[in-house]
Amino acid sequence: MSIAIQEILAKYPNAKPDSLIPILQHVQEQMGFLSEDSVVEVGKYLNMPTSKIFGVATFYNQFRFNAPGKYHVMVCRGTACHVLGSATVLDEIEKNLRIKAGQTSKDKLFSLEVVACIGACGLAPVISINGEFHAKVTSESIKTIVEEYRNREVQQ
Amino acid sequence: MNFTIEVNNNKISANQGDTILDALKRNGMGVPTLCHMKGLFPTGSCRMCVVEVDGRRNLVTACSEPVTDGMKIKTHSARVIESRKTIVELLLSNHPDDCLYCERNGSCELQKLSEDLNIRERRISGQKNNYKLDVSSASLVRDPAKCILCGRCVRVCEEIEGVSAIEFVGRGSKTFIDTAFNHGLNLSSCVNCGQCIMVCPTGALKEKPHIAETKDNLSDPNKTVIIQYAPSISVSLAEEFGLKPGQNIIGIMNAALRRIGFDYVFDTSFSADLTIMEEASELVHRVKNGGVLPMVTSCCPGWVKFAEEFHNDMLGNLSSCKSPQQMMGAIIKSYFAQSEGIDPEKIYSVSVMPCTAKKFEQQREEMTQNGISDVDAVLTTRELARLIRLHGIDIHKLEPELADSPLGTRSSAGKIFGTSGGVMEAAIRTAHYLITRKEMVKFQVRGVRGLEGRKEAKVQIGELEVGVAVVSGLKNASQLMEEIKNGRSDIHFIEVMACPGGCINGGGQPIGADEDAIRARMTTLYDIDEKDAIKASHKNPYIVELYDKFLGKPLGHKSHELLHTHYQKREVK
Repeated sequence: MSIAIQEILAKYPNAKPDSLIPILQHVQEQMGFLSEDSVVEVGKYLNMPTSKIFGVATFYNQFRFNAPGKYHVMVCRGTACHVLGSATVLDEIEKNLRIKAGQTSKDKLFSLEVVACIGACGLAPVISINGEFHAKVTSESIKTIVEEYRNREVQQ
Repeated sequence: MNFTIEVNNNKISANQGDTILDALKRNGMGVPTLCHMKGLFPTGSCRMCVVEVDGRRNLVTACSEPVTDGMKIKTHSARVIESRKTIVELLLSNHPDDCLYCERNGSCELQKLSEDLNIRERRISGQKNNYKLDVSSASLVRDPAKCILCGRCVRVCEEIEGVSAIEFVGRGSKTFIDTAFNHGLNLSSCVNCGQCIMVCPTGALKEKPHIAETKDNLSDPNKTVIIQYAPSISVSLAEEFGLKPGQNIIGIMNAALRRIGFDYVFDTSFSADLTIMEEASELVHRVKNGGVLPMVTSCCPGWVKFAEEFHNDMLGNLSSCKSPQQMMGAIIKSYFAQSEGIDPEKIYSVSVMPCTAKKFEQQREEMTQNGISDVDAVLTTRELARLIRLHGIDIHKLEPELADSPLGTRSSAGKIFGTSGGVMEAAIRTAHYLITRKEMVKFQVRGVRGLEGRKEAKVQIGELEVGVAVVSGLKNASQLMEEIKNGRSDIHFIEVMACPGGCINGGGQPIGADEDAIRARMTTLYDIDEKDAIKASHKNPYIVELYDKFLGKPLGHKSHELLHTHYQKREVK
């Protein structure tokens, strides 16, 4: 068992299955995602089958099962963004990065997440990459934005 | 407490604590159900059983609502029927609708519901389900596109088998049933018992078919194709052809198998006798030499995989005997091949099993001799029925025939293997003889008979009092194993079957059998035992001959090579 998981579980002595979600949140906070091994370990600790935990975790949007990429892209699909075409934006990003929401690109550079509302409706449609906001994005501007992050990588 | 309720303006009696559904059923009435499972706590999730109750604004689910004194219920009012109809129409809206090509055409509950509710047009069109088939398992095929999310497979896997290989994954309209991390059944904790198939209302779960390979080999002139059938097949196959449950059609089955073209027809009950010779000897050996006790049976491949996953600290307790299917396979390709002068590589060995886990067992690495599989293909009872129909055989017109000699003759001890408690009883009969050199006065061991999930008895063998336990359903097995681990020591021998009631209720048996049908199958097996002259495995003359001519003695060198196996610890993901 990885030490990190051990340390997290140690914080939940005598835990019962109703501590599952707080534990999963804690694991994700520390490790960035829910790895298979961590889910198996949590299952052993709580005496719960892995399939059950996977079932619970997939029910909630907040849990991810892939390590996030170096640049974590969040696409806002809130009402204002939706009205101004965020569906097309998401589509374009998925095509550009060649991943679906919830996945991480093969080169581990980008990961993609859909969020319900970023809270920047005035900037709609908006995306956020590692906390940097990009306002009023279009299918065209997305190419430039993604390219910019790719170039940063090359320069380093 | 008893009181009266009113259903569709008729007064019926009901008991305190009944659900509406219980009360209706006891009075010969009913409402359609989908997610309901007898004996398990109701979930009320599918809403198919809704009824109208006086004084209640909304429809209530009959499966979960307790009756109250004077309750007035309408089970088939216009509002109720409209509501049920809408539910089925919604289920159909994203269903693949490929009934003509579906395994369950004719035995599908969704099909029956839409027929019963007189659905004659597509009123609601939705986006069709589009999920990948899960063909990873050696035993089962899952087609989530046909799934209607009733959850019965999830519940049987968790609450009866204690395995939890599958679960609801995702949320809302994107929910489907899958294994942990979408890895497929092969990498999951699935033990291949097939109970999920038995409870699935649609074609979302089925066995991995072996019919095509079998047919290919039947038409290959260079192959000698041999078939064996498990003890419980002859008492369940009849139902596939509309005959009454529990009818024993062994002679007709022999005739049908020959018509299909099998060169030799053998009875797995013979090798069940062989299993008993080895297993009873092993038990006696363990008792006399201070070996690991309690000894646990190993003929159920679902249980064996379950033990390898969840109780692998107890693998030493498992009998090292192969199952009757594998013993028969090994004997066919050694003793029988030798005596008939057939090259074992040219034998194609097929078995008919009430079981899907046997398909997994047959593919285990341990089940080979010099790179040749003991058994080559495994058909379920359902697949055999399909094969018979495929060959246009009218079983009503066949005259009964006998199985082939020498591997087709059994004692009735081998036959009762098909029901929970049968292996135990057969083993006791032979162990009694091995220890005391005397036959039991009465062969029956009543305490281990019946469909209960757990049975315990004390059996007097000479001066020895042997504690025995019989469990079926792996959750029951798990509970017993925990008791043993916690120090319980009054039990010396345990029989475990993965399917509730044993092989007569196996995952490969005809779809749609109720408890009465399972009971009828059991009763027939014990009737056969009652009427048979040879009631103990060690008295089967062909078993005696097999040891004299070929094997030597039980637990001997040859036996170990051919009839025994070992187990491996498996990590559960």
